[in-house]
Amino acid sequence: MELTFSPEEDAFRAELRSFLSDDLPAHISDAVRAGGELSKDIMVEWHALLAGKGWLATTWPKEFGGTGWTPVQRQIFEEETCRFYAPRIVPFGLSMLGPVLQTFGTKEQQDTILPRILSGEDWWCQGYSEPGAGSDLASLKTRAVRDGDDYIINGQKTWTTLGQHADKIFCLVRTDVDCKPQAGISFILVDLDTPGIEMRPIRLIEGGHEVNEVFFTDVRVPATELVGKENQGWTIAKFLLSHERTGIAGVGFSMQALEEVKTLARNTRRGGGMLIDDPLFAARIAQVEIDLEAMKITNLRMLFQAQKQGAPGPETSILKIKGSIIYQELNDLARRALGSSAAPFPGHVTEGNILFGPPDTANSAAKYFNNRKISIFGGSNEIQRNILTKTMLEL
Amino acid sequence: MDFDLTEDRRMLSDTLTRYLAEQYGFEHRNSVAYTAPYHDAEKWTEMADLGILAAFAPEDAGGFGGTGFDVSVVFEALGRALCPEPMLAALMASRLMMATGADQETLLDGSRKYAVAIGEIECPYGLDYLATSASAHGDGHVLSGRKTAVYGGQTADVFLVAAMLNGSLALFEVAANDAEIVGYGMMDGGGAAEVLLDGTRAKLLLADARDALQDALNAGVLALCAESLGAMVYSYEMLLEYLKTRKQFGVNIGRFQVLQHRAVDMLTEIEQARSIVIKAAAELNGPKATRYCAMAKNLIGRAGRLISEESIQMHGGIAMTWEYPASHYGKRLVMIDHQLGDTDFHLAAVMAG
Repeated sequence: MELTFSPEEDAFRAELRSFLSDDLPAHISDAVRAGGELSKDIMVEWHALLAGKGWLATTWPKEFGGTGWTPVQRQIFEEETCRFYAPRIVPFGLSMLGPVLQTFGTKEQQDTILPRILSGEDWWCQGYSEPGAGSDLASLKTRAVRDGDDYIINGQKTWTTLGQHADKIFCLVRTDVDCKPQAGISFILVDLDTPGIEMRPIRLIEGGHEVNEVFFTDVRVPATELVGKENQGWTIAKFLLSHERTGIAGVGFSMQALEEVKTLARNTRRGGGMLIDDPLFAARIAQVEIDLEAMKITNLRMLFQAQKQGAPGPETSILKIKGSIIYQELNDLARRALGSSAAPFPGHVTEGNILFGPPDTANSAAKYFNNRKISIFGGSNEIQRNILTKTMLEL
Repeated sequence: MDFDLTEDRRMLSDTLTRYLAEQYGFEHRNSVAYTAPYHDAEKWTEMADLGILAAFAPEDAGGFGGTGFDVSVVFEALGRALCPEPMLAALMASRLMMATGADQETLLDGSRKYAVAIGEIECPYGLDYLATSASAHGDGHVLSGRKTAVYGGQTADVFLVAAMLNGSLALFEVAANDAEIVGYGMMDGGGAAEVLLDGTRAKLLLADARDALQDALNAGVLALCAESLGAMVYSYEMLLEYLKTRKQFGVNIGRFQVLQHRAVDMLTEIEQARSIVIKAAAELNGPKATRYCAMAKNLIGRAGRLISEESIQMHGGIAMTWEYPASHYGKRLVMIDHQLGDTDFHLAAVMAG
């Protein structure tokens, strides 16, 4: 039993820190700190900076131009980028499609698509969910019918995150209806410039534009864009689900949020004293800090296990459940810390308005509402509980 | 980074777990746990012979352990078997004797039993408001005050007692024969005692014992957390077995999603509990031990109550019976919160930084 990091891992952390403190531009970290939506330019600039260091594809093996990092190194990367308020890496091309192509794609697909993800030439988005297929993803209805050398796609995808910035979309589509729902699904790549595609924004609870719905009307896609075999899509979807799992606890983000709440409570005057000295508020901070301290170890234990077995197991659903609960609790505390200053709609605070808090804290309420998504996306916490019931409890 | 036990500790754990399963089965446990003196002298000696007590002390104090992981491994196994023997008293006494430099041979070989008397009715958990007082008397000292819920107090030969001497917290040794000991059984099994001191003869061991007492409390807290973890894990195994075999409405009740999801939440908290025990064990001999032990005891208190209450609820009536082991595990998991600081006490400690 040894909880400390190896000298190599410590050196790796130090290298990351010096890069982040020297080379992460202030306008990027300021935008992240503000907590609102990030512009495409900022995300692209950050990706390019990382790509320059060879640090962009954190989940890829070296042979494909990735970092070849261990799960523990990826955890250190998450912690340090959070500490310095660097943006999250947009996951769709890098952590989702990349590993899928490396495992199921043809040599040609790997050679043409992977470099364009690394260079930032292609921004990918995800076409999984549909209005009638959320948690029950296998019931998806978007149809792809073979027509000569092409497929013709009709249907609708939804919750397509950052699709407004994307050039391409990877989709799960139905290619067979005369079988079990899971057995008739294929994984296909679609250029968003193809005629017949329409993307419409979905405005979210806090007012932001983060997700979209995508409509497909007689969209013609070459059959060479299929990844894996026809009707192998469910296998790929399940692979992706398990591949996404390291980092699923969001420990780095919760550590960042805890520090923010503590700083806010230390600097906030309330009822004649400082908010941090209010025992009710301080008790809530302390309790979530304890849960997070345990979560850090739970996360490391599971990374250690994944490193030993070569792949994360189903127990990582625990990270998703508890990690999201902790992060949401911290968001709740940040919102409460603002008191009445949480009231204004984001962007409505002006410098001349002394009633309200500093503009960089003004997004706390919006962030709280936006982050209700954490326990819904990527397999809701209820789906995670179903997975654990089946795999760990064997009930 | 390595989350596997070392070979030595795995053997220690296996040895004790096997011994308890074979020699301290549940019927025997209940007969010892609920009958004075709440102690089986023969089994105690056998466990000492296995080296269980020696695991509490480092080599230079005559043992072969003394790290947080030695403590957590032993107490997790004790918790799994719900063993009522006063091991906690031996551990805390060993930590205090490490500070005084006393010879621990008779403690570690099990021939002499120690109890640690710190808490008082109006100051059950911490060190800040203890009222028992010491004064010089002839060549030595005398103590006056009442120590409460002293675990293993009934069977102890010697008490290590915290008392105020000239404004600072000191540590004394009191022979069992010199004090008035009022023993009793506990709600969840095992024995404790009130120690009544009234001009009682005592030997001064440490004039400024605050750090030593805090260290003993930290080790005791870690031990209780690990004990709770062992009891949680076993309790949970019983529950899963029940969910897979108990039929209602024509199906195993484990088919009901309302129970499945609650069972998953229990699993999540048990994993969190294991993590915080690992963290506290890693920090026990370091500068932040008090903080991490407090974190552990708070989380364990919450998790233990959840496992206890949910296990009883999901078992239904059967877990309300004396005969079914789940009831006794449920009691222990809740009552551990009353030993060495409850969730609120330790939350306040974390808040204080």
